[in-house]
Amino acid sequence: MEFAFTDEQGMIAETVQAFFRENATSEKTRAAMEGDGVDRELWTSFCTELGLAGIGLPEEFGGAGLGMVEFAIVAEAAGAQVAALPLLGLATAAQAIAAGGSDAQKAEWLPKLVSGEAIAAAQGIHTLDVAGNVLSGDVKYVPHGAVADVFVFIRKDGAWLVRRDMPGVSVAGHTTMDQTRPLATVSLVNVEAEPLADAQAARDALHAGGWICLAAEALGGAQEALDRTVAYSKERVQFGRLIGSFQAYKHRLADMMIDIEQARSAVYWAACAVDEASDEAPLALHAAKSFCGDTYFMCAGNMIQLHGGIGFTWEHDAHLFFKRARSILTMLGNGDWHREQIAGLVVGEAA
Amino acid sequence: MKLGFSQAEEDFRTECADWLQGQMAGEFADIKGIPGLNDEIERRKEWEQQLAAHKWSCIGWPEEWGGRNATLGQQVIFAEEYARAGAPGRVNHIGVELAGPTILAFGTEEQKARFLPGIAGGTQIWCQGYSEPNAGSDLANVRTKARLDGDEWVVNGQKVWTSLAHYSDWIFVVARSEEGSKGPKGITFLMMDMHTPGIEVRPIRQINGDAEFNETFFEDARCPADSLIGTPGDGWRVAMGLLAFERGVSTLGQQMGFRNELDAIVEAARANGLANDPLVRQRIAKAEIGLRLMRYGALRMLSNTDPSQIDGAALTYKIQWASWRRDLGELAMDVLGQEGEITEGEDYEWSMLPNMFLFSRSDTIYGGTNQIQRNIIAERGLGLPREPRGDR
Repeated sequence: MEFAFTDEQGMIAETVQAFFRENATSEKTRAAMEGDGVDRELWTSFCTELGLAGIGLPEEFGGAGLGMVEFAIVAEAAGAQVAALPLLGLATAAQAIAAGGSDAQKAEWLPKLVSGEAIAAAQGIHTLDVAGNVLSGDVKYVPHGAVADVFVFIRKDGAWLVRRDMPGVSVAGHTTMDQTRPLATVSLVNVEAEPLADAQAARDALHAGGWICLAAEALGGAQEALDRTVAYSKERVQFGRLIGSFQAYKHRLADMMIDIEQARSAVYWAACAVDEASDEAPLALHAAKSFCGDTYFMCAGNMIQLHGGIGFTWEHDAHLFFKRARSILTMLGNGDWHREQIAGLVVGEAA
Repeated sequence: MKLGFSQAEEDFRTECADWLQGQMAGEFADIKGIPGLNDEIERRKEWEQQLAAHKWSCIGWPEEWGGRNATLGQQVIFAEEYARAGAPGRVNHIGVELAGPTILAFGTEEQKARFLPGIAGGTQIWCQGYSEPNAGSDLANVRTKARLDGDEWVVNGQKVWTSLAHYSDWIFVVARSEEGSKGPKGITFLMMDMHTPGIEVRPIRQINGDAEFNETFFEDARCPADSLIGTPGDGWRVAMGLLAFERGVSTLGQQMGFRNELDAIVEAARANGLANDPLVRQRIAKAEIGLRLMRYGALRMLSNTDPSQIDGAALTYKIQWASWRRDLGELAMDVLGQEGEITEGEDYEWSMLPNMFLFSRSDTIYGGTNQIQRNIIAERGLGLPREPRGDR
């Protein structure tokens, strides 16, 4: 038992934090927000120069090996800068293909996803019409759906691959509150989808990857919201004092740190539990997704409040954090749903 | 980063679990699972001595002083198995967890030889003389005086909230030894025999009706000149070093007590049907999440071997668990309903959950109030300006 980063993990953390701090600048992210929500230059360096897209994916299909702990380190650093990247698709769709795809499916898609040549997205399709492997209906709120080349769609009794260029597939992007991860509707008309070989494994991997990714992004964003607000409080003077010397202000920052420290435990507990195939993994994942989402939203809201008027401007970055936090709260199951899953594990199903 | 335990550690788990469960099913079955720290004191002293006889009383200490040099993983395992077996709260936890480690870290060889065997052996019960009527949150404002008179210290003053003082053998006292000194300067850390003439203990009745805390009065109480740890006037450094030990492995044992309380709430909710109420289910889930995150926060804190890094998990731990348990008390009462507001017998004595509800109101006060914790987190953890003082 050693609940601290290894030297190698520490080095990965330093590298990716520096990478995102230098390259995912506000200016570049805002340029991506005006377009399709992807900073292409950043995505290319992420995938090809640093080889980060392969983390948590098998080496025989072009991945870098390693596990969810290392993936969480990357997602935390990306979340800290609200980077405009289709990272979630690697955590959901690519993980689902790696866990549940046939060798042919893995060989076809994983190398392309790791190199950045293709972008993946995923979504649940619980209300869609499914006849065998023929899918019809609108799949709503697909994150980064408008730029995806391949989709993984799951429901209780199956998991499918759908290529963007299959007959019957059309995609409409939406103007989305969080412009760094725009949502799209993918319309399917009698699409002959390709089933993933092991649907159960695909679903489990998709959920684990997605929840860890969002929880880790939330952790990084919450910590950055705190750090930037602390820095501001040490510069801004009112009533002849630094505003960070007022107790009402200090205590609110302290409350942020208290929850962030717990969020940090939650993310790495969940990532370790998945990597070690622990019995605690389901509980840890639900805890991480719900707790970190709440923490991020609280911290991003405080970031606006504690900056005062400047925090409410488009020019200031606080709204990037706030909108990402709001989006994470609902994505892949809201906090109440995750807590109900925990209640089911602890108390038993409600009668 | 690794959460699982090695085979050697799992073997250690089997060894201590077997022994602890054997004791709780056999010779010490009568004190299995007793709540509170105030009951069956004599039997619990015997239990301390039984632990010591089998080298389980302070496993993290060096072997020469009765410990096992246990690794972090082993200490975690022991704390978990101790609670799982239903072994009672450690009557000498202040000796084993605070006084002993302080003497190990700052004491002379003579002091180690004099005190550690009694602490490890469960024959010397300790209490802590820090707070005073005018030195609560502002601990550095202590006014109890220590004056050197020949080869003895003469101590005068009053301590308050000395838990377990009424059956302790020894007390460590922070006292002002330099006339006119203020704040953390001029304080000396003394170890005194509680049976010394001039020391008097008066229990304080708490809101739950029990009396675990006391006032401790010193009137010309004397102790030998070599009773101090460190040097005269340097006691604040020792006192603060001691507080760091408070965040050790013992927190995991404390968490197992919390686990029992949460389990009891779940049981009560199942019994009265509230387990089906979506709002109650949300609150139980939140409590479960909080308890788990406490565990993994403690494991992060214990795994952190770089003292130069500000350890956020350690810095935020006190307010985290205290607030969590206060909320748990409120959940307990909401689940119990009015059943939680009447006692079983005629005495003002409460069963576990109502007692926890009442007692938990002290958790957010003792050991640094939530408000002081937030100041400390903001100032030490985030580097924000210190609170202005009115007196210096």
